Amino acid sequence: MRIVTVLCGIFLFLFWAGDSFSEVPPPLGLPPVPIPEDNLQSPEKIALGKKLFEDKRFSADGTVSCATCHDPAKAFTDHLPVSEGIQKLKGTRNAPTVINAVYYQSQFWDGRRPDLEEQSKDPFVNPVEHGLGKDHNFHGFIVETIRKDPEYAKQFKQVFGVDPEGITMNEVTKAIASFERTVVAGDSPFDRYMYGGDKTALSESAVRGLELYRGKARCQECHAISENYAIFTDNKFHNLGVGFNRIQPRLREIVKEFKMAQAKGKELDESILTKGETSELGRFVVTGKLSDLGAFKTPTLRNIAVTGPYMHDGSMATLKEVMELYNKGGEKNPFLGSVRVLDLTDQEMADVIAFMNSLTSPQFQDIATK
Amino acid sequence: MGNEKSISRRSFLKTAASVTAASMLPLKIVEVCWGADEKEKFTFACISDAHLTQIDGTKFVNNFDKGLQQAVAELSLLWPQPDFVVFGGDLAQLGKKEEIDHGLEMLSKIEIPIRFVIGEHDYYLDLGQYWEEKVSKLHYSFDHKGVHFVTLNSILTHEDWIRRWATPEERMNQMARLDNPQGSPFMVGKEQIEWLKKDLAGVSKDTPLIVFSHSPLYKIFKPWNFWTDDAEQVQAVLKPFKKVNVLHGHVHQILYNQIGNISFQAWMSTAWPWPYPVSYHQKPNTVPKMTVFMNRADPFHERDATGWSQATIQDGRTSQHFDLWENTSRTLRFDQKTEQLVDEQYQEPANRIPPQEHY
Repeated sequence: MRIVTVLCGIFLFLFWAGDSFSEVPPPLGLPPVPIPEDNLQSPEKIALGKKLFEDKRFSADGTVSCATCHDPAKAFTDHLPVSEGIQKLKGTRNAPTVINAVYYQSQFWDGRRPDLEEQSKDPFVNPVEHGLGKDHNFHGFIVETIRKDPEYAKQFKQVFGVDPEGITMNEVTKAIASFERTVVAGDSPFDRYMYGGDKTALSESAVRGLELYRGKARCQECHAISENYAIFTDNKFHNLGVGFNRIQPRLREIVKEFKMAQAKGKELDESILTKGETSELGRFVVTGKLSDLGAFKTPTLRNIAVTGPYMHDGSMATLKEVMELYNKGGEKNPFLGSVRVLDLTDQEMADVIAFMNSLTSPQFQDIATK
Repeated sequence: MGNEKSISRRSFLKTAASVTAASMLPLKIVEVCWGADEKEKFTFACISDAHLTQIDGTKFVNNFDKGLQQAVAELSLLWPQPDFVVFGGDLAQLGKKEEIDHGLEMLSKIEIPIRFVIGEHDYYLDLGQYWEEKVSKLHYSFDHKGVHFVTLNSILTHEDWIRRWATPEERMNQMARLDNPQGSPFMVGKEQIEWLKKDLAGVSKDTPLIVFSHSPLYKIFKPWNFWTDDAEQVQAVLKPFKKVNVLHGHVHQILYNQIGNISFQAWMSTAWPWPYPVSYHQKPNTVPKMTVFMNRADPFHERDATGWSQATIQDGRTSQHFDLWENTSRTLRFDQKTEQLVDEQYQEPANRIPPQEHY
């Protein structure tokens, strides 16, 4: 535990102490974008990151890029319950949007990576995502492909000052993360109402929804709205019981099997995305704390109307289903977080949904109306 | 044959490697005894102060139910399972049969033996009658893997106070109040101390002792009954033994002390945390200086500063690990050099998490 705590401490220190903030003013309703001191932004680096993000060559069969599951045309998600990688292989988790991911204090639904750089490494080598396994020499395949590509060689030289043989995954992930740090979106009707002084920006129903959101519906407790900005997350992990009943009858065996697999050095990322039961253990696989069983990160609600389906397993197609879950106080289980029965009427639920529909940024509005 | 040998050596190395890896896991569930003799390491779980509170009929306070349910659920997932569980008292809030039954039903999901300690909230309605019928003896001893265990009923009090009240309910309500000027101090009592002397008479002074009680067997703060009035007399009986561990409930917080050869440590509550008596400035207290306090519970998290723990016994000394809900885990262990309990991580002031100073 000590090691983990110390590591967490170091990560936190690096994350916070090393940050400066982007000079680009953030959109209305968002705080400044944190930029790590060792990976400052530049237009060239961002352009390189975007190109890497969209490059399908970095997959076992040349069909999958980051943008496959984080598609800009689909608000940087894939609109599938769980993502499909190479050969349509299915994972276990719903692709979270890249939009505003920079504001999370940890990445993935279970927070197993501390930042965007570290996060971007894992999908390449996961057998059900990009699928670069032993046959491809894992990440070595990406580095080799880049080194042999004259256009990439030129760009890496320009951005990082390295010759082709000096290129490593370090530069690759830095460029991808730099691009992702530009994928921020605010300026929604809610932002114009709340922070822009435009009291006509929200419908009457959405205004009632905001009131409920901060009161009776208790959304605000985790999906935080601050005085000057809103990132709509507490960056913590909570058990709502979603998907948990699938593993409850066999929970003891599953926990034991996971511990044994971990002791044998099995990769966490692979276990989570290829074994449905392990996936449902949630935050527990990262901390080893039993009270973290079935707990998942509070996702942002910005652009929620265009980033469905919902929950870590994509098991809910509509926001109405989500509201019904919260209204009944989650799915009962011994590890349930502090959710409780809300007793919202149908009209009240419709109002909260109207409020959530007001969180769509202008650049994604056309997805909402499609 | 040679081939077989090398395979078994290889698989041994593999096993050894996985055991090493496993022991680095944050959750301390991998306390395996390898060919241990009787005095080797073992673990037991500690759940305490559930305070299940009946509202009406089958309705109970949900928050307290949830605390105990979660402790039971987590305990059942430990692998390997501890040798037994000790329940540290105050299963009920007002000593009602319904509350005790409700608690027993929840605890029935535990598949390992449970050792019970009685708390004042279980006792003062019917003076322990239902508890003795349905749950456990009020004081008893047993031996386990070379350790002698004693459970005391430390929440007795003066006869005249007990007889003062018009009804059992009134008596229970008076005793259930924390800061009650009409309260009465806890005690073990002459009779039980005599029993303890007799029980320990046949035990070698080298045998490690573990004593379970509900109230601390030393004096911290009388107004809240963080106190046992005849603690010194009990301590005197324990004094001749080389290694003595007292584990207790009642205080709902991390608290530890060392008096001579006796190490004291408290269990958490699954229901709610109490503040440390130092926060009550009007009256003096003797909260042990060595205790590194729990941080103040975050009122936005109903489970913060509550929880349960796992005790590990090695070489006659008890260490206790708290996987705190909504909070940073803590471990108390016996430091051979200073001969007292220390917090594994936070004992040194420089290592502590600085308190929040802004709002």
